[in-house]
Amino acid sequence: MNEKIKVKSTNPVISMLKSNMGILCVMLIIGIGLSFMTPNFLTGNNIISVLRQISNNIFLALGMTMVIILGGIDLSVGSIVAMTGTLTVGFTVTNGVPMGAAILIGLALGTLVGFFNGFIVTTFKVPAFIVTLSTMNIAKGIAYIYSGGQSTRITNDAYAMIGTGYLFGLIPLPVVYMIVLIVVFVFLLNKTKLGTYIYAVGGNRESARLSGVPIKKVEIMVFTLTGLLAAFAGLVLSSRMYSGQPSAGDGYEMDAIAACVLGGVSMSGGVGHVSGTVIGAVVIGIISNGLNLMGVSSFWQLVVKGIIIMVAVIIDSQKEMISERFGKKKNK
Amino acid sequence: MDKVILEMNDISKSFGATQALCGISFKLKLGEIHALLGENGAGKSTLIKVLGGIHQPDTGVIKINGQEIKMSGIHEAQEAGIGIIHQEIVLVPYLTVTENIFLGREIMTKFRTKDMKQMNEKAQQMTEKLGLHLDVTKPVGKLSIAQQQMVEIVKAISFNVKILVMDEPTSSLSDEEVNKLFETMARLKAQHVSIIYISHRMEELFAVSDSVTVMRDGTYVGTVETAKTNADELVSMMVGRSLTNYYTRTYNKMDKEVLRVENLTRKGVFENVNFSVHAGEILGFSGLVGAGRSEIMQAIFGNDPFDSGTVYLNNEKLNVKNSMDAIKKGLAMVPEDRKKQGLTLINSVGFNIMLSSLDSVKSGIAISEKKKNQVIEKYISELNVKAASKDIAVSSLSGGNQQKVVIAKWLATNPQVLILDEPTRGVDVGAKAEIYSIINKLAGKGLAIILVSSELPEIINMCDNVCVVRAGKIVGKLERNELGQEEIMKYATGGEK
Repeated sequence: MNEKIKVKSTNPVISMLKSNMGILCVMLIIGIGLSFMTPNFLTGNNIISVLRQISNNIFLALGMTMVIILGGIDLSVGSIVAMTGTLTVGFTVTNGVPMGAAILIGLALGTLVGFFNGFIVTTFKVPAFIVTLSTMNIAKGIAYIYSGGQSTRITNDAYAMIGTGYLFGLIPLPVVYMIVLIVVFVFLLNKTKLGTYIYAVGGNRESARLSGVPIKKVEIMVFTLTGLLAAFAGLVLSSRMYSGQPSAGDGYEMDAIAACVLGGVSMSGGVGHVSGTVIGAVVIGIISNGLNLMGVSSFWQLVVKGIIIMVAVIIDSQKEMISERFGKKKNK
Repeated sequence: MDKVILEMNDISKSFGATQALCGISFKLKLGEIHALLGENGAGKSTLIKVLGGIHQPDTGVIKINGQEIKMSGIHEAQEAGIGIIHQEIVLVPYLTVTENIFLGREIMTKFRTKDMKQMNEKAQQMTEKLGLHLDVTKPVGKLSIAQQQMVEIVKAISFNVKILVMDEPTSSLSDEEVNKLFETMARLKAQHVSIIYISHRMEELFAVSDSVTVMRDGTYVGTVETAKTNADELVSMMVGRSLTNYYTRTYNKMDKEVLRVENLTRKGVFENVNFSVHAGEILGFSGLVGAGRSEIMQAIFGNDPFDSGTVYLNNEKLNVKNSMDAIKKGLAMVPEDRKKQGLTLINSVGFNIMLSSLDSVKSGIAISEKKKNQVIEKYISELNVKAASKDIAVSSLSGGNQQKVVIAKWLATNPQVLILDEPTRGVDVGAKAEIYSIINKLAGKGLAIILVSSELPEIINMCDNVCVVRAGKIVGKLERNELGQEEIMKYATGGEK
């Protein structure tokens, strides 16, 4: 009973691989399958285009990861995407606000919606599901009211560059943002006090409170950051589409939640990693991409995507049982 | 009386690489109360789960009334007449007593609706048969913990149970409620129900059991008749060595006053609470469960509000609005419920130890792994936390080691006052002794310690002074030389002076 305790930390890369084993296998199987079925899948161009496509989902999923670990959910992110895109483009093109200022206002408004979510959740103890369901409608409504339901074309080249430019003429800027943000949020969740507190509140709220964790601050902070990320996603998306569209971002919150769930973030809170979510988003991305390459119609794509996500989650949820079975066999 | 009703022969069970049970044999006679004793991790729960059909044994046979039975699920166990009352209460709080008792096997009228009248009558009969006087139409959530437990027993009995397993039934009961439970057990025994009784509390085993089986590390150690053994023998069977010093306490000269509480009142909960605690002192808070001891502590710690009164720390008025403030000022509190309030079970040992003192290991905005690991390492070795690594989830530790992690968390905040609310609840004997020695050491280092406990021997053997609380008031203050079980109980129950 008196064995010495190992205080040495485990290698972070190995522990990352270990905790994401299930979804990594799913990713590899789909990836290998697709590279046999469609010759274009494993080309440099296609990989870049997949990365660009998933960047938007990752912006949202990073925030969603924090919210879900905290034990909540945020349904308003898709609408914040629409609202920020519509307003920022509108301010620049229609109202003649200088681009920099318009962008700041757009980001600030999206962040404000996030702050509002957090404030209501923590002050009135209303479930996040309901609060963000309301703000989802409010933000979307604002986008439609402002634009009258019309999309606004971008005439400003600098604005268009935000989402369509390249770094070194090779890597699309959204991919660059994505990588930077992933690094920032891995750091935030693993290396800062806020990150630890998010896990503590999601894992056991009462214990966190008694341990002196400022729960209200943490909650507001997480929802606010999620709002900011969604606003940023809205900005980049509008730029990529050369227009501010009030119908943009429809259903994006669901893709973000799917990425988290695929990546092993527990809907009951307390458990999850940015790495898992990123892999989850990649899985969703390559499924869409593969179906496109195979010429599957977009209506059928929805059905196929839904089924694959469900199967992947079932496999993941059974992994403990599977590993237990293997363990038993080894013993016998 | 000597008829064997249950026989478990050579039961083994392993989970992956861990051998949880190794050739356990166990015999239960008809109408006896048979205690199952062993430290946490000894395999008691696994054995019970095998009996209850939750786990299937790798080898071994189970015989009931001499007939071998195979149980592949909970239903078979129920049909075989085995009822298990788990440590945690598993009733639906919003349903009434009757609805809980009949959940899943409701009696129906001929119109296929629930026959509440008949069910209520039956439930009433069953509760009265056990000497309970309850309103069976009341939601279970409105009952006290002790009453809820009784409802669990009634529910188990209603399945025509012949063998009743009770897993630590007294862990959240006051002494008075424990006595009621024992009365119920005696009634069951008279009705020829055989009971397997699991508890850590030695004095209870002697009060209630006919024989005791001891387990250690998944193996069978021995079975003895309760009347022919004593506590020392049982403890040495449990730990495999004799434990000479159960309570460690070196009484220090008390230093200056650290915390003083004056006229603290929260209407309807506690009133006019006055006490002070000095550096190096262990001040005990005794009383029945529900007397308001935890509530007083929660208020001092800033977690609950209070209406009037003042708290002084080092003679300065203390203003804490929440636990965060309290920690900054140098208060620490190991809460009553380790699992719900003390720990984030899914997170690692290191995570839990550091949660309240992250500021001390920051460099810039990032947390320094190196500094953090130093602190974690220090407390793991100082408190002798037995864990495979600092990175494993705290839920995989035994109760005693979990509690050490909670204590470590609070020591890492460098407190001046340490409030311990039931620090040894659900902890096995070996770890208990270790925790007592830790508490003693901390007092020796000049910490002012408040020890809230429902276990009288703990209070008597560890404290310098004791406040007895009844119905939200401190009704008696006793010094070390006045401490005695009867003396304390007299105050706690309201007996005259």
